[in-house]
Amino acid sequence: MKGNEAIAHAAIRSGCDGYFGYPITPQSEVMETLMEIEPWKTTGMVVLQAESEVASINMVYGGAGCGKRVMTSSSSPGISLMQEGISYIACAELPCVIVNVMRGGPGLGTIQPSQADYFQSVKGGGHGDYRLITLAPNSVQEMADHTSLAFDLAFKYRTPVLLLADGAIGQMMEKVTLPPARPRRTEEEIRKECPWATLGKRHGQKGNVITSLALLAEEMEAQNLKLQAKYAEISTNEIRVEKYMCDDADYVVVAFGLCARICKNAVETARANGQKVGLLRPITLWPFPTEEIRGLAERTKGMLVVELSSGQMVEDVRLAANGKVDVQFYGRLGGIVPSPQEVTDALHKLMNH
Amino acid sequence: MKEEIIIAGFGGQGVLSMGKILAYSGLMQGQEVSWMPSYGPEQRGGTANVTVILSDDSISSPILNEYDTAIILNQPSLDKFESRVKKGGTLILDPHGISRMPERKDINIYVIEATDEANRTNNLKTLNMIILGGLLKVRPIVKIENVMLGLKKTLPERHHHLLPLNEQAITIGMNLIKKL
Amino acid sequence: MNNEIAKPENLVYTKTPVLNDVPMHYCPGCSHGVVHKLIAEVIDEMGIQETAIGIAPVGCAVFAYKYIEIDWQQAAHGRAPALATAIKRLMPNKTVFTYQGDGDLAAIGTAETIHACNRGENIAIIFINNGIYGMTGGQMAPTTLEGMKTSTCPYGRNPEINGYPLNITKLVAELEGTRYVTRQAVHTVAAVRKAKKAIRKAFEYSMEGKGTSFVEIVSTCNSGWKLSPVQSNKWMEENMFKAYPLGDFKDR
Repeated sequence: MKGNEAIAHAAIRSGCDGYFGYPITPQSEVMETLMEIEPWKTTGMVVLQAESEVASINMVYGGAGCGKRVMTSSSSPGISLMQEGISYIACAELPCVIVNVMRGGPGLGTIQPSQADYFQSVKGGGHGDYRLITLAPNSVQEMADHTSLAFDLAFKYRTPVLLLADGAIGQMMEKVTLPPARPRRTEEEIRKECPWATLGKRHGQKGNVITSLALLAEEMEAQNLKLQAKYAEISTNEIRVEKYMCDDADYVVVAFGLCARICKNAVETARANGQKVGLLRPITLWPFPTEEIRGLAERTKGMLVVELSSGQMVEDVRLAANGKVDVQFYGRLGGIVPSPQEVTDALHKLMNH
Repeated sequence: MKEEIIIAGFGGQGVLSMGKILAYSGLMQGQEVSWMPSYGPEQRGGTANVTVILSDDSISSPILNEYDTAIILNQPSLDKFESRVKKGGTLILDPHGISRMPERKDINIYVIEATDEANRTNNLKTLNMIILGGLLKVRPIVKIENVMLGLKKTLPERHHHLLPLNEQAITIGMNLIKKL
Repeated sequence: MNNEIAKPENLVYTKTPVLNDVPMHYCPGCSHGVVHKLIAEVIDEMGIQETAIGIAPVGCAVFAYKYIEIDWQQAAHGRAPALATAIKRLMPNKTVFTYQGDGDLAAIGTAETIHACNRGENIAIIFINNGIYGMTGGQMAPTTLEGMKTSTCPYGRNPEINGYPLNITKLVAELEGTRYVTRQAVHTVAAVRKAKKAIRKAFEYSMEGKGTSFVEIVSTCNSGWKLSPVQSNKWMEENMFKAYPLGDFKDR
């Protein structure tokens, strides 16, 4: 099935309570698939086409505030529209899943695949000091697996989780094994897991309030420090990375998502030619695998970062490498996807440097 | 075994669905598969292409420089992909949309007059199955029974009565394909 | 000193326990306090304190959650109907309502308002219309009257520059999705009684699955209007009611 379809199927199987979205290419198949399956007839999951991405993300806010497993999906311009809501959700510490099937920008841009929303995803995106756990699937299988994982992480840390894919992974078809089906939680189960949720006031207790407002600066600083402590904990626990042939590598390619698949081909070609090249693929873009890269930077001769952008993740790789090794960049912009040959050429340039 | 295929033509010729049937056929015989379309505005009447990979091992890049086999259904696609067929590889074309024949001598070139045949039988919808039949004659990468299973999977149930017609089209294609 | 009057059997009125015992931040004379009380009383009388979920706006009523003791969510500016939509759809057995001002509901949140009403979400929308932005210090609102002075139209609202006052209640009454649309006020005892009935009806209707209920309360903002509370009520009757006449638009 298609990557976008895998997200829809995986969401239902993850016990998702509600999906709220607005059509935009190249991710409309997520909602189309859900509407075709009609999960409200089986699991009771709500699926609603909202009037805008602004409404979608605020519906997610409302649902998440009730401790429900809710999600939305969109593509780059739509995700930009959602940033206000995402900032509120992060501050109010609400668990939810947001899918961005990236397309080329800026502006209305193109509908072809891109990774140019990296900065927006991992450096905050909206106003204020917050982070999103950012998962970067590189296959249809991971589109499904990460949907399920995203819900788990969202609820573990009471934080929004972003699934950052691109148009190609959304549109391509591959073999996929769907995650095991989990039932939706009952209201009592939600009350137990999320005592903060607004499900109706508990008898004899104060009502719950979901808000991101603290007019006093002291209160707001306290909330910020609480968030930062949580982000530190996530950074300790949740870094995920895939390493391919890195153990004896002289040169390492760093890439995520679809790009990492293309780079793997180039690495295979290099290995076939006896060149010791490896691939490091960050699976979580935030938290970023800084230590892994630092370790490799200390014992390799060079690194090549490949992205579908003008070079965004490369900044984090360079920060991690901290000048220990030459970090070069190769990227294509605006929806163009490089071929494995282009990556091979860039690798040769690095090795001959 | 690993077969890397590009199918390219105009939108509406069944390029994407041919790739889909091929991918599902690979799936039916337990292979790893990937189906990567050139999606977008091209879907609506412009050029469309899809990269299909069938492999016994896991597939790294779904996007390729060159291909084992190219199925070419119009001139712009021939211009774009002729040079990207691997040496010793296969190029299948339907001359209906072709004004300049390929020039390479280091690849195997086949011709299948599928559009004319489909027009003759007044059933343009079988075009992609005729071509698929031709492909399987010269590159037997999937078994016909798996193609039929794949087709059953991609075809909505209300169209399942068309399965025999499609199986026939495969046979027609097998007989129709000729080496250039 | 006669303490007889404080004895329970002599009580003729008591504050509902749904209304918290905290001082409100609203200005003296502001309509918010009265409307809060009415909502709290309706919740109390309907026995829905444990199943009601309120959505607070951005605006003066952002702190509504401090005063009415139920579960609340506080929405981004204008987005309350989107939150309410999701909450009600996910939990149809709860009473879900939004409480929004004119800037929130009829300017920045117009799309959310119109579309929630058009979908016929089974929620109650309580709309406080005082023709001005109170919280940010008296700027022009979509419902500011022609000629009315605010800090962003200091010489009076000029339609050539600022457009016309938006009669959003009339607009939502036109939508198929709304079931009950009414315009009330709380400037007299009789009006307060009527407004309470309207709020109760809206809450009851929201549980019957037949569409959106929308209650506008034409209100005063004496601080923003730079009038005394008494003058404000008079000004409202003479000016606001002309542009926004009271009464039911729709009840089916």
